[in-house]
Amino acid sequence: MSEAAKPAPAKAAGRAGRNTELSEELKAYKGVWVFIEHDRGQVHTVSWELLGAGRALADKLGVTLHGVILGGPDEHLDTFAKEACVYGADHCYLMRDVVLKGYRNEPFTKGLTDLVNKYQPEIVLLGATTMGRDLAGSVATTLNTGLTADCTELNIDPATRALAATRPTFGGSLLCTIMTLAYRPQMATVRPRVMAMPRRDEARTGGVTEDTLGLIETDIVTKLLAFIPDANRNTVNLAYADVIVSGGKGLKHADNFKLVWDLARVLGAEVGGTRPVVQAGWVEAERQVGQTGKTVRPKLYIAAGISGAIQHRVGMEAADVIVAINTDANAPIFEFAHFGIVGNAMQVLPALTEAFRARLGKQIRKIA
Amino acid sequence: MHIVVCIKQVPDSAQIRVHPVTNTIMRQGVPAIVNPYDLFALEEALRLKDQFGGRVTMLCMGPPQAEDALRKCISFGATDAILVTDRAFAGADTLATSYALAAAIRKINEEQAVDLVFTGKQTIDGDTAQVGPGIAKRLNWNLLTYVSRIPKVDLDGRRIQVERRAEGGVQLLDTTLPSLITMLEGTNEMRFAGMDDMLRAARFPVRRWSKDDAGISDVNKIGLKGSPTVVSKVFGPTARSQHADMMSVADTNLQDVTLNLLDKIFTQHPMLEEEIVERLSA
Amino acid sequence: MSMKEKFDAIVVGAGPSGNAAAYTMAKAGLKVLQIERGEYPGSKNVQGAILYSDALEKIIPEFRDDAPLERHIIEQRIWVMDDESFVGTHYRSDNYNKPPYNRYTIIRAQFDKWFSSKVREAGALLICETTVEELLLDRDRVIGVRCDRLGGEVYADVVVLADGVNSTLARKAGFHGELQPGNVALAVKEILFLPEEVIQSRFNIGEDEGVVIELMGKVTEGMVGTGFLYTNKDSLTIGVGCMLSDFKANPQRTKPYELLEKLKKHPSIAPMIAGGEMKEYCAHLIPEGGFNAVPRLHGDGWLIVGDSGGFVNSVHREGSNLAMTSGRLAAETLIEMKAAGLPPEARHLKAYKDKLDGSFVMKDLKKYRNLPDVLHGNPQFFTAYPELVNRAASTFFTVDGVDKRTKEKEIMGSFRSARSLTGLVGDAFKLWRASR
Repeated sequence: MSEAAKPAPAKAAGRAGRNTELSEELKAYKGVWVFIEHDRGQVHTVSWELLGAGRALADKLGVTLHGVILGGPDEHLDTFAKEACVYGADHCYLMRDVVLKGYRNEPFTKGLTDLVNKYQPEIVLLGATTMGRDLAGSVATTLNTGLTADCTELNIDPATRALAATRPTFGGSLLCTIMTLAYRPQMATVRPRVMAMPRRDEARTGGVTEDTLGLIETDIVTKLLAFIPDANRNTVNLAYADVIVSGGKGLKHADNFKLVWDLARVLGAEVGGTRPVVQAGWVEAERQVGQTGKTVRPKLYIAAGISGAIQHRVGMEAADVIVAINTDANAPIFEFAHFGIVGNAMQVLPALTEAFRARLGKQIRKIA
Repeated sequence: MHIVVCIKQVPDSAQIRVHPVTNTIMRQGVPAIVNPYDLFALEEALRLKDQFGGRVTMLCMGPPQAEDALRKCISFGATDAILVTDRAFAGADTLATSYALAAAIRKINEEQAVDLVFTGKQTIDGDTAQVGPGIAKRLNWNLLTYVSRIPKVDLDGRRIQVERRAEGGVQLLDTTLPSLITMLEGTNEMRFAGMDDMLRAARFPVRRWSKDDAGISDVNKIGLKGSPTVVSKVFGPTARSQHADMMSVADTNLQDVTLNLLDKIFTQHPMLEEEIVERLSA
Repeated sequence: MSMKEKFDAIVVGAGPSGNAAAYTMAKAGLKVLQIERGEYPGSKNVQGAILYSDALEKIIPEFRDDAPLERHIIEQRIWVMDDESFVGTHYRSDNYNKPPYNRYTIIRAQFDKWFSSKVREAGALLICETTVEELLLDRDRVIGVRCDRLGGEVYADVVVLADGVNSTLARKAGFHGELQPGNVALAVKEILFLPEEVIQSRFNIGEDEGVVIELMGKVTEGMVGTGFLYTNKDSLTIGVGCMLSDFKANPQRTKPYELLEKLKKHPSIAPMIAGGEMKEYCAHLIPEGGFNAVPRLHGDGWLIVGDSGGFVNSVHREGSNLAMTSGRLAAETLIEMKAAGLPPEARHLKAYKDKLDGSFVMKDLKKYRNLPDVLHGNPQFFTAYPELVNRAASTFFTVDGVDKRTKEKEIMGSFRSARSLTGLVGDAFKLWRASR
């Protein structure tokens, strides 16, 4: 992970001709907002993760943290609002309307934009999900403000009180810190699992302010005809797995991936892969761990035949324990893994499988 | 039918390396390619053209060498190509880019009414997925993102139906034309250009528009000036303070290495062993 | 469907020889189509790489205006290496610092891209990612090519084969036989990243100045071959290559990249490249058969240029200049032929071969035509002599109380016992004969 952003000079060279001063009017924008994404009765956990990050930002700025919830009249928006406060929000803004049942770009963009224009937050955070990205781009353009996508870190620059958003650049080889100095609100999206889940505080409560959308169905051009749930209910739950065994191109052949599956089975783990092996068809795309795949935060991550390039690293370096197996003692992965084995994965994996089986097998209690 | 497809020429990021000492990008000899996500958008547009007849106009905002990317799209069968290129665009973030592209699309629309604009889901160098939504907003057109399939287009009735990928399923949306679609990757397979198309592309006079040609009047909305986001610094990932605890199979026997490893892991993280056993017992 | 198009010439390949041919013809107003199988020109090309100005000047006189050039060479070193030492000869001259510069190091990926842009500016059509699968023949006459795309048949008066060392087209059409392992070398190279200032201080050169080091001796483990180390702007190119037949026959079975690794670890080489970050690794075949391995170069409706014709002077490590020159000469032949209204028949295309014979290309190849065989049959040039020379130097330069006369005798004696007097004389004679 990067170090905290150093204070950026207010008018640096290279920004010639560009407005970097915040107008008095925009200085009045206060507060941190998190868009609470929900669908068919469930809040997406990324919203809670963002409340955790938002709480830290709000505390640094000395301002309030708000959840923003848009939905249909028969959806449990009040429950969601309560949950948001349990996860750290001070207060929630609500919009309830039949046209907000089920996500559509038009009504949600109007709803969020109206709320922003009315209550003027300085920071708005959304999850970088299909909904979040669809909405964020439209809202940012309507508000004519800056939006930074897929951030891996959010900080406050003490000199300017601006949001310093860090994200990968140049295909993930480097990181950059981006700020929106002269426009408000400062918007950012963050991918699921990048931020840690905050702790629940059941005692925490907050108020709710409700506003009206002011759109009727005939105003809205796009109709949601149906929602077709994915047939495969057994979806891969990589993002929330506690133990993951991953394989990379160092495994040489698709057949060798079997060894990854064997170890995963013994550990009750999920199986992951790097982008190259997904592209080669050795595992499904849902199992891709990395900058353009999933971010994971398991307790144990075992990487076999993976070099540790930055694009993969950003997807898994938050794991509590990282074990790497690679034939190259100089592979970048050993620079941030906790344990490293220099050896051939094709031999090490079965040996590890055996060792884990022997040690854990004795302890597993079988239900009578 | 008239479809505009927006593309970007990007460095092949798979080949970019970082200088070990100065942390700068080593772009030497890294080839520039058509943003791979854009090709899915192009193929979908070409399929609609095959079905309904009409034209596909390629649009790109970029430096002069981006002409090669447009040319490649012509070789796949696109009808026309316009490169909007101007020094004034340098340093544009997604807001400034969408402004410029929207202006250009309005100009193209004056030549011949545009029914659909296609873009790729995101770029491999920016990864933001913001330009498509930005263009739609500025044109005030319907935005349909993460489209995986287009089951129905009714040109006379000016309506379109799409399947849109959401969490856990697919939305079936119905809306009017014109619309802007960002296409999901993996939804189609790019066709092979025939020899005739390759020759046509090699000769094709790609149109070049300056900012004036593109109908851009407000220079404060393009390039660096029109970009609210500011890159304050670029850096490489910092090294973790501690290198991995290393074991080598070359020096020690494999079984000893694995037993040693498990001992170390579980001694340092006793809860971990319990949790794994707990889950396996369930 | 449009009528099948016909071009004055189709050039197969966008390497140095193909670009030279296509450029020259297009500039003269011929209708040229160039077909490259790689993603972009240069993607399939590998070279040391040294650019010889003379050859390029005759094609694009003002190339120095915008060609991507790394450093101009002011110093040439030849190192004869033993396991831990080398005996070297350096030539450095300030004359080389007087423009126009004679030789430059270049990075092929960028150079080819530039050269190709010139070709397109001149009016030739270029298509990439397209492989020519077969020559179209009308009885024995080449009338066009068939590519791996739908409708892939294109016609031309002449097809110029510039498709590299392993050209399958000429083979398929029966114009020449299989490539013999004894006629080709396999070379591997790496580009190592180092800051400009480090390179300049290590190699004792200033900004834009460059050094070329040719390495021979024990580094090729007795196989016929050489190594090289070149300075680019902010990187070094290091490589080694040996005859393919020697790699196959080597009892130690050393693989090419293993040879390179050993070279990099040599105590005289390692400090020169210390700290370098590997940026690129590639391998390529180099035609080394010389004069005797040059195939038939022309026929009805076709010409061969570049590596495909085996135009590599392995003694002087020259290949790209021969390639470009052959491309230019082929183009000039075709331009003259068209101007005179002559049909593209072998007897008229023979003018190409005549031009080659009259140029340094064939003259140099002819001069060294026996060298490949001599070197092959005499491994002592790569093992015994380097050792002897190094040991002689060691004896001569080490001050250890032994008197100089004894040292001289020791040196002479070592040579004679290693090779015997007749052997020494014989070796000298062979080398002289072969290089004459």
